Amino acid sequence: MKQVFSRPESLKDVQTHFCPGCHHGSVHRLVAEAIDEFGIASQTIGVASVGCSVFLYGYFDVDVIEAPHGRAPAVATGAKRARPDRIVFTYQGDGDLAAIGMSEIIHSANRGEDITVIFVNNTTYGMTGGQMAPTTMPGQKTSTSPYGRDINNDGAPFKMAELLSQLEGVAFSARVAVNSPKNVIQAKKMIKNAFRCQIEKKGFSFIEVLASCPTNWGMQPLEANKRVSDEMIPYFPLGVYRNTANL
Amino acid sequence: MNNHKTEKVFLKGNEAVAMAAIEAGCRCYFGYPITPQSDIPEYLSRELPKVGGTFIQAESEIGSINMVLGAAATGARAMTSSSGPGISLKQEGISYMAGSELPGVIVDIMRAGPGLGGIDASQADYFQATRGGGHGGYRIIVLAPASVQEMYDLTMLAFDLADMYRMPAMVLADSVIGQMKESVTPNPRPKTELPPKPWVVRGKAAGEPQNVVKSLYLGDGEMEAFHWKMHARYQELADKECRWEEFMTDDAELIVTAFGSPARIAKTAISMAREAGMKVGLLRPITLFPFPKKAYATLSESCKRFLSIELSTGQMIDDVRLSVARDAEVAFYGRPPGAGSLPTPEELFVQIRKNYQAAA
Repeated sequence: MKQVFSRPESLKDVQTHFCPGCHHGSVHRLVAEAIDEFGIASQTIGVASVGCSVFLYGYFDVDVIEAPHGRAPAVATGAKRARPDRIVFTYQGDGDLAAIGMSEIIHSANRGEDITVIFVNNTTYGMTGGQMAPTTMPGQKTSTSPYGRDINNDGAPFKMAELLSQLEGVAFSARVAVNSPKNVIQAKKMIKNAFRCQIEKKGFSFIEVLASCPTNWGMQPLEANKRVSDEMIPYFPLGVYRNTANL
Repeated sequence: MNNHKTEKVFLKGNEAVAMAAIEAGCRCYFGYPITPQSDIPEYLSRELPKVGGTFIQAESEIGSINMVLGAAATGARAMTSSSGPGISLKQEGISYMAGSELPGVIVDIMRAGPGLGGIDASQADYFQATRGGGHGGYRIIVLAPASVQEMYDLTMLAFDLADMYRMPAMVLADSVIGQMKESVTPNPRPKTELPPKPWVVRGKAAGEPQNVVKSLYLGDGEMEAFHWKMHARYQELADKECRWEEFMTDDAELIVTAFGSPARIAKTAISMAREAGMKVGLLRPITLFPFPKKAYATLSESCKRFLSIELSTGQMIDDVRLSVARDAEVAFYGRPPGAGSLPTPEELFVQIRKNYQAAA
């Protein structure tokens, strides 16, 4: 019998710590498929961030550097400058990238570092137990916004794919989701575009992935999936925001 | 090493650091401007591109130390430099580098503090440097130059020691050493036997082991084992790498101890004291971590009075007291930083005479 579906070679054959219904597993898979399909595993260096994404090295079968909270783009910059012949990607959550790491991401993007950033936006701090994130939506209740995010007090959520698209150093910036087969297919295409951008040395590439966090949202997996389409996508529209790399 | 010039050149201390870094094979420098160390990024922004290196003026000192972390993880020799306020910001990255067993060189050209402080010569970052500086309980190698030549030589040594012991190394100098000009012999990089780096991230081929550079240890007993391993490494450093200078200590009845600029001023004062018939010597630690405890222990078998002179209200004196024989006394004279606070030889001579008479 012909096998038509299997685990990507760049992923290890292990169980993840991710909660049921969490989208990290899907995003991991798409990134691993992109690495496999380009045949770049032996050149790839991953940079893990702090949060649920820290265990990247436990799931990906590639070399990994674990970065301090928010600093993954700076760590990736150092690695890429020292080894320009390598493919370097970061994998970061919203608290990591858009709060404590805002300076590092903006400046790495603006320098046009030849790296790929996978940004998983689930509107909350997952690992620490569901606190308010820089992408938490207006009115969204979290453990540190018990009355709902008040934009007069907390500011409005950052729209990172749009924000970074304003920078000349950015070659590719897009937002995708993985809550439906259609969106997964599109996400895969965009993630491959981002890696192709780096392989062709066209500059900084950024993929924002809208993701669910059922545990911290207090939802069942299917409910959480529905929230992505009903609430998140209207606020964080999917699409390509910058493509000077002509991908 | 190509067309290496060994004739003397007239350089600022900071420039000597930068020149030595290139000679040591450092091709990755990441920094941020701050007085009194900006000559280092200025020099390297000009010279690194000529040798195929990379220079980034980072968004912050946090950014720059994390770039050092990333470059070091690939096995490259990488450096950053700053002064007090910036070194404080770098502590996060230094702690992660220590936790990830990454080599790398950090240069601290000390200015006055706390806070924004001022740009006068200071040695008040001694505790921060020698106690690790960041969170979690670790140490880094700390080298203390007292001349522009030593700025050059110890920067190169810092790269070698960092690689040999897989830990960050710091060159710790006061702003006088950083800013003054002296002639330097730019010696070629020593042919040190260095361990291979099988641990670097490089892009693993199928079937090769995965390399992970990390500081997270969640497994049962892993973190404790890491701490004991590093403890043993610090002990090995203490056994093998202590460096110090002795000046007229053979018959000394009073030993002045100081590092950096005050050690030079003390030498002049000691010569004045010798002319006045006082048997005084100098013990100058060159490695502040590891601290040359045995040198103090040995000298204090015969000499029972020490005088620690520092550009602070007293930090190194703690290490001196822990190192000398129990029956030795350690006195202190300090000039915390401030305009014109660098002591004169005459001023130190008065302190030496006072302490010498007390010893007699």
